[in-house]
Amino acid sequence: MQWEIVIGLEVHTQLSTNTKIFSGASTAFGAEPNTQADAVSIALPGVLPVLNKGAVERAIKFGLATGSHIANRSVFARKNYFYPDLPKGYQISQFDLPVVGQGALTIQVEPLSGNAKPYEKTVRITRAHLEEDAGKSMHGDFHGMTGIDLNRAGTPLLEIVSEPDMVSAAEAVAYAKALHTLVRWIGISDGNMQEGSFRCDVNVSVRKPGQPLGTRREIKNLNSFKFMQQAIDYEVQWQIDTIENGGKVHQATILFNPDTGETRAMRSKEDAHDYRYFPDPDLLPLEISPEWIEQMRATLPELPQAKQARYVNDLGLSAYDASVLTSSREMADFFEAALGNAIGQAKICANWIIGEVSAQLNRDGLDMTQCPITAQQLGGMLQRIADNTISNSGAKEVFRTMWAEGGEADAIIEAKGLKQVSDSGAIEALVDEIIAANADKVAEYRSGKDKLFGFFVGLAMKASKGKANPAQLNDILKKKLEG
Amino acid sequence: MFESSLKQLGDALRANKISSVELTQSYLDRITRHNPALNAFITLNPEMSLAQARAADARIAAGKADALTGIPIAQKDIFCAKGWLTTCGSKMLHNFVSPYDAHVISQFNNAGAINLGKTNMDEFAMGSSNETSHYGAVKNPWDTTRVPGGSSGGTAAAVAARLCAAATGTDTGGSIRQPAALCGISGLKPTYGVCSRYGMIAFASSLDQAGPMGRSAEDLALMLNVMAGFDERDSTSLQRDKEDYARDLNKPLTGLRIGLPKEFFAEGMGSDVAKAVEAAIAEYKKLGATIVDISLPNSKLSVPVYYVLAPAEASSNLSRFDGVRYGYRAPEYSDLADMYEKSRAQGFGAEVKRRIMIGTYVLSHGYYDAYYLQAQKIRRLIAQDFTEAYKQCDVIMGPTSPSTAFKLGEKGDDPVQMYLSDIYTIAVNLAGLPGMSIPCGFGANDMPVGLQIIGNYFDEARMLNVAHQFQQATDWHSRAPKL
Repeated sequence: MQWEIVIGLEVHTQLSTNTKIFSGASTAFGAEPNTQADAVSIALPGVLPVLNKGAVERAIKFGLATGSHIANRSVFARKNYFYPDLPKGYQISQFDLPVVGQGALTIQVEPLSGNAKPYEKTVRITRAHLEEDAGKSMHGDFHGMTGIDLNRAGTPLLEIVSEPDMVSAAEAVAYAKALHTLVRWIGISDGNMQEGSFRCDVNVSVRKPGQPLGTRREIKNLNSFKFMQQAIDYEVQWQIDTIENGGKVHQATILFNPDTGETRAMRSKEDAHDYRYFPDPDLLPLEISPEWIEQMRATLPELPQAKQARYVNDLGLSAYDASVLTSSREMADFFEAALGNAIGQAKICANWIIGEVSAQLNRDGLDMTQCPITAQQLGGMLQRIADNTISNSGAKEVFRTMWAEGGEADAIIEAKGLKQVSDSGAIEALVDEIIAANADKVAEYRSGKDKLFGFFVGLAMKASKGKANPAQLNDILKKKLEG
Repeated sequence: MFESSLKQLGDALRANKISSVELTQSYLDRITRHNPALNAFITLNPEMSLAQARAADARIAAGKADALTGIPIAQKDIFCAKGWLTTCGSKMLHNFVSPYDAHVISQFNNAGAINLGKTNMDEFAMGSSNETSHYGAVKNPWDTTRVPGGSSGGTAAAVAARLCAAATGTDTGGSIRQPAALCGISGLKPTYGVCSRYGMIAFASSLDQAGPMGRSAEDLALMLNVMAGFDERDSTSLQRDKEDYARDLNKPLTGLRIGLPKEFFAEGMGSDVAKAVEAAIAEYKKLGATIVDISLPNSKLSVPVYYVLAPAEASSNLSRFDGVRYGYRAPEYSDLADMYEKSRAQGFGAEVKRRIMIGTYVLSHGYYDAYYLQAQKIRRLIAQDFTEAYKQCDVIMGPTSPSTAFKLGEKGDDPVQMYLSDIYTIAVNLAGLPGMSIPCGFGANDMPVGLQIIGNYFDEARMLNVAHQFQQATDWHSRAPKL
């Protein structure tokens, strides 16, 4: 009998402010321990939090980008628990009145199983709230003691909570990726997963169709999409096996070990804290005026979904191409800049960026921003394909040269003599010569051996040293052979 | 000299009749002589005080003196002062030398005032008798077998015994007004938000407010001129134009409407206190005031409401004292939880632990709605009572404390009796209103009685005027205890 999988995500994304959410200390990553821990970060007696407006602005942008409700009045609350890297003994977070309320994100899901087709899905967002990060406990190198680094304490986070709308690891990963793209797209986070700027907690449960929700277990702190998929796959199987073997799933917080590919329980529900949330009396309720929201709306770039729709409807691209080109803002920007130099050539432009450019970047371990060819240069080359100055094979050579040595397409074409022959007189002369020299084959062709057409094309191309315009050559050859 | 007003001292300093070094040394000598019997100070640092005095003398010589330049002011040990041991009356902070100045402290430093020393107080400002201090009880200068009140008991005793020109206090539920009353001095708790809480070690953030304590209303006005002011580091600090709190001192009181809440003149008030307060009201009539009978129907709920809200906030505010980063850490422990438990068990006194437990309880899952939320609702009703009352009167008067100073140890084992000492003062904090206490006579055992004056929001200048006119007509405020 089939099992249904139910997945919801809580994503902590670090906001890209220069200073902390409640103090002026720097948020830069990688500083020496405790060099970015000011009086507020280490919670000296008597210090008070002051809200960083930049963090609120980023939360508003996220709300706008997901069509979410933005609260005109929201409240910061204290979440109380003791831990050495939590200097105040409470985390300032939001509880019943978060900045961002209900919204949604539409994603493209690529099923993992071979034949299934990509499909669109809308995941509902429950809420997104602002909170401060904790510091780090460092074990080892301290002679049996634990070191505390409070540089990260007070770093602004936006915790984005989804509804349990996802039914497979593929959907969960697609949602997380879409969210990851979005936060970088709108410039609210650098999304750096190695540095912990984008961390996912995944709630997983299984049930039989038609049954109420099963007991969930929460996989904490996943910071790679690959691990997320492995962790969900393992966890789902574990829950199914447990139930089918007559056991029961108990609510728990679990960790994924990438080395073993297994999940294990960190703490059970019995150990769950009573966080004693209450409104932080040091901070006034946060008021967000409609004017402020409109100001933020004006700073938002065109969003991935709107771009996708435009690429499909106005530029005639396939949904797949549109979704690949909008997988990051850098790629979309590159595409649009290249298109600016190759007006009307959206399809060729998309093919080259998704194909050749991406493959080369991949091979060289570069990202879009490090591409050695500028979008304008690529566009210039594509324009020369479009106006028949160069053939596709010529273009590949231009591209290789550009990648390795730089330079503009026209200069490379000139220097390498790649200009294709589009002079119909010259092609006709060439074709005439070949027909004259291969009378026997011509006769065979004319008696019905169509396959020989390719043989003639090959000869003609060779004779033109690859420069003949292929379409033109085909036309002329066909006409003459059929004489 | 020890009877001089702040204005007289300032004039003498500016006229070079005395230097700040001489004045500071005189006070230090007087403290050396009389403090052992009173225990009003926790920390003295003559070197630092005299260094400030030398700088003040230079400033005076340069003709740049302000009203308080060169005048020795004692600071309640709840204010963080750079380079000074700042204990908050607790073993928990027995070794905490503050690396920074509270806003109130820097305001005094900028004014050129001298920090004469840190005054004793109830541990973390929790108490009404100054008996909960880790540094021992403070004695009332009028009778050293009696309490000075609390929590600003060290300040009240120091001012009454003329061990400083004036001093600071803080008031969460009456901690300025009640000790002022019991020690026969004047004290003012401003409107919530007038003085920054930055650097003032938090007890209950939504109620805590700093204020001046001194020998006359005129002195309080000069003190408040220095202490008040917007501070961007405290989100609850109010952004208002700077005002001169002494501007209305000499206005006649003709037509002043004094509201007398019937709830304050019911059973519970000692007859000796009632007699002195009634005599003071009679004096006000002579000064041209009219009496209005008012009612504050919800004020009877203020003690229970306060003992839900203040401990709730305190339980969270005091979580940072965990032995991890500063302050007391138990010498021996087996693991992290044991370190927390032992450090806090040994570092906090009984009253602090009692309030942490009450606060933790009322914020717990399942009790929050019944206690915390309910108390917040009643708090609003209590504030509304005052708003209604101020439609009929300009100031409200009544007793500050139901009795005069009680014996040391008398209420030690009955916390509820102790909590009732603040029955007339707590509602003012819950409403965020300004309140003050001025001496208005003597009751049983020749102990001082305080008259409480409660003003409308931001009406400090009027309250000081009302108090000053009384002090022009009477001499209760200039009576000094025999040491």
